[in-house]
Amino acid sequence: MMLGKTAGGLFWMCRYLERSANNARLIEAGSRMTMTRAAEEHAEWDSVLETANVKRIYSERHETVDRNSVIDFLLRDRSNPSSVMSVVEAARFNARMVRVALTREVWEAVNDTWMKLKDALARPVKETDLPDVLELIRQQSAQVRGALHGTMLRNDIFNFCRIGTFLERSDNVARILDVKYYVLLPSVSMVGTTIDNYQWEAILRSAAAERSFAWLNKESGPRAIAEFLILDRRLPRSIAFCYLNLARNLGYLETEYGEARPCMELCAETLNRLTSTDIETIFQGGLHEFIQSILQANNSLGLQIEKDYRFYA
Amino acid sequence: MSSKPDPFDEMFGRGDTPRDPYVNYCNWFEGEDTRRLKRKAKDAEHAFRRTGITFNVYGREEANERLIPFDIVPHILSAREWQTLSEGIEQRVRALNAFLHDIYHRQEILRAGRVPREMISENVAYLPEMIGVEPPGSIYTHIVGTDIVRTGENEFFVLEDNARTPSGVSYMLENRETMFEMFPDLFIKNKVRPVSTYPKRLRRSLEACAPPACTGRPVIAVLTPGIHNSAYFEHSFLADEMGAELVEGHDLRVVDGRVAMRTTQGYTPVDVLYRRVDDDFLDPLNFNPESVLGVPGILDIYRAGGITIANAPGTGIADDKAIYSYMPDIVEFYTGEKAKLPNVPTWRCSEPDSLAYVLDNLPDLVVKEVHGSGGYGMLVGPAATKKDIADFRKKLQAKPDGYIAQPTLSLSTVPIFTSKGLAPRHVDLRPFVLVSPKGVDITPGGLTRVALKKGSLVVNSSQGGGTKDTWVLES
Repeated sequence: MMLGKTAGGLFWMCRYLERSANNARLIEAGSRMTMTRAAEEHAEWDSVLETANVKRIYSERHETVDRNSVIDFLLRDRSNPSSVMSVVEAARFNARMVRVALTREVWEAVNDTWMKLKDALARPVKETDLPDVLELIRQQSAQVRGALHGTMLRNDIFNFCRIGTFLERSDNVARILDVKYYVLLPSVSMVGTTIDNYQWEAILRSAAAERSFAWLNKESGPRAIAEFLILDRRLPRSIAFCYLNLARNLGYLETEYGEARPCMELCAETLNRLTSTDIETIFQGGLHEFIQSILQANNSLGLQIEKDYRFYA
Repeated sequence: MSSKPDPFDEMFGRGDTPRDPYVNYCNWFEGEDTRRLKRKAKDAEHAFRRTGITFNVYGREEANERLIPFDIVPHILSAREWQTLSEGIEQRVRALNAFLHDIYHRQEILRAGRVPREMISENVAYLPEMIGVEPPGSIYTHIVGTDIVRTGENEFFVLEDNARTPSGVSYMLENRETMFEMFPDLFIKNKVRPVSTYPKRLRRSLEACAPPACTGRPVIAVLTPGIHNSAYFEHSFLADEMGAELVEGHDLRVVDGRVAMRTTQGYTPVDVLYRRVDDDFLDPLNFNPESVLGVPGILDIYRAGGITIANAPGTGIADDKAIYSYMPDIVEFYTGEKAKLPNVPTWRCSEPDSLAYVLDNLPDLVVKEVHGSGGYGMLVGPAATKKDIADFRKKLQAKPDGYIAQPTLSLSTVPIFTSKGLAPRHVDLRPFVLVSPKGVDITPGGLTRVALKKGSLVVNSSQGGGTKDTWVLES
């Protein structure tokens, strides 16, 4: 048994932590892209903003889309609720709220993350320091993950943490694909220009999947990349992997509480769509439409979990 | 200005050889490398930040989480000194409970004329809603923090009875943990009585006060005003250590005649609520209707025996500074004995003769607001400027019954570790007392607060005070 508020706090703590590392990866991928393709700079940063789902707030505050403003906005701007600083603060706020449910190690890892990033992001990050700062964000996220896995009881507390993580991750990957789906479409890929290769690499890099993709020795191409990121159950960031784990953790909750909840059904539906299809079918039905439906499923699932487990009422 | 003798130093007395309880420590200290100690003192600060032991200071936007500075030199009491203190505290706490029960029932003490009726009836801390209510186990003050000051070898005084929601116990526990980590060798040379059992004792004590409606093992929850409260760290720390839930008002509601908390599996009744929310905010239906921190209707459930509220609503009357001055009478009235621990002499400014004396002697006195706390709204005469005194005089004359005055005691000192070595600073001590039908349980030690500024008498953390580990020796 656990307070509904606590369940919500754990869920959001982990969502926010996942988001901080995803942001760092987006910036890195965008950065690389514009270093190699200076001409595409504007469009590339624009798509980074879109992937982070903050384009509207950005344009309310900035006239132009340029590297420095975008990076600062994604890293430090507190008016951006998804900036690294905002989400790390929100994660720590939630961790404090649910302090009773966390081991000392986990709490200290979250607190340490906040302290280190508050220092590192106190001033605009210089070009030369950017790689170190992004590295720090990733490392801190790994530190929290390590503490969670190494010290927490495997009970409902842990399940809510995992559910938050995988829902955020699934959303992140879906968004990357949503913004970049056009470079994965057959019509464009047939052009076979080098631009697409860079784009494909950027997609994989934003999902921290470029090395694993290379190991699989698949022929690089839009279909293979889309398949990898959406359907490959071996990849811990694929949408299918996320849904497998969402279903598993929601299942543990049902067992522990001895009661079925509607969110499990929603989750199973999406999981079923992911496991009973292949990439050909997805492309035939339209990649864009498919990704849109995943984004929608993520959203409904989040709302249903919040309701079923009484986060707020 | 009268010249005062040097204050009593607990390490060196009035001489330059260590007093008995400090002999072992001083020997150890002599043999330590100062640079190592400095490094350790720094480590301690880092450790506190890492673990998030911070408190929030109201009214500060930036950096609103601060550390309470920790000093590495312990405040040490001998077994005999502790014996004296704990006997006196136990007597006083028993009297407080008896007093509370009396003023909410037969009011014998008022009939006997030992406490003036208007002290109660006109006191905002007195809750008429509690008249005739029998709290579970007849306990009002489940947790008390009795503030003790010292002026000499055998001179201890009670400065305040914190009977509402005393805070600071988490520092007592964490300070000891930090000392263990930094100086394990010290604890081999000195047999110090443990404090780490406090959370278990608290749980046991609260369980023993379960309400009639409780069946099975009591469900305990800590009620916090929320994450922005200055003592939030402590609330979560205690809930964690006790294995209790940490709830806010919006997690609770009245369901089927019980106060229940919203869990992932629906509403579950709470048996004992250790609340860290003031009376006024506890129940918007019965008290302040604006409050969002409390639970609508909780008082009605309480009166019907559906929940234990610790401390009971209305206990604030007992630590009111105006009531404080009557404590020697109160102790005698209910225990039939003289108070073992004296009060600090107190002038009630509501009495014309006292007021006249106070107005004549402001530069030598400490004047406190009757309902104030946290060291705000007080005048420390010897440290005040002429203007401070003139301003305060006006406030005092405008509303004399809002104030009490006390002599500036020459508080004892315990050295702190500074960059220039040991330096004496004024301290006070807050032992934590648990009360249940099974008895009074005082954890040996407490929170030692220390004024870090030379000569300062203000030890409050909100005003630049620090803390020390407090040792009670086995023998």
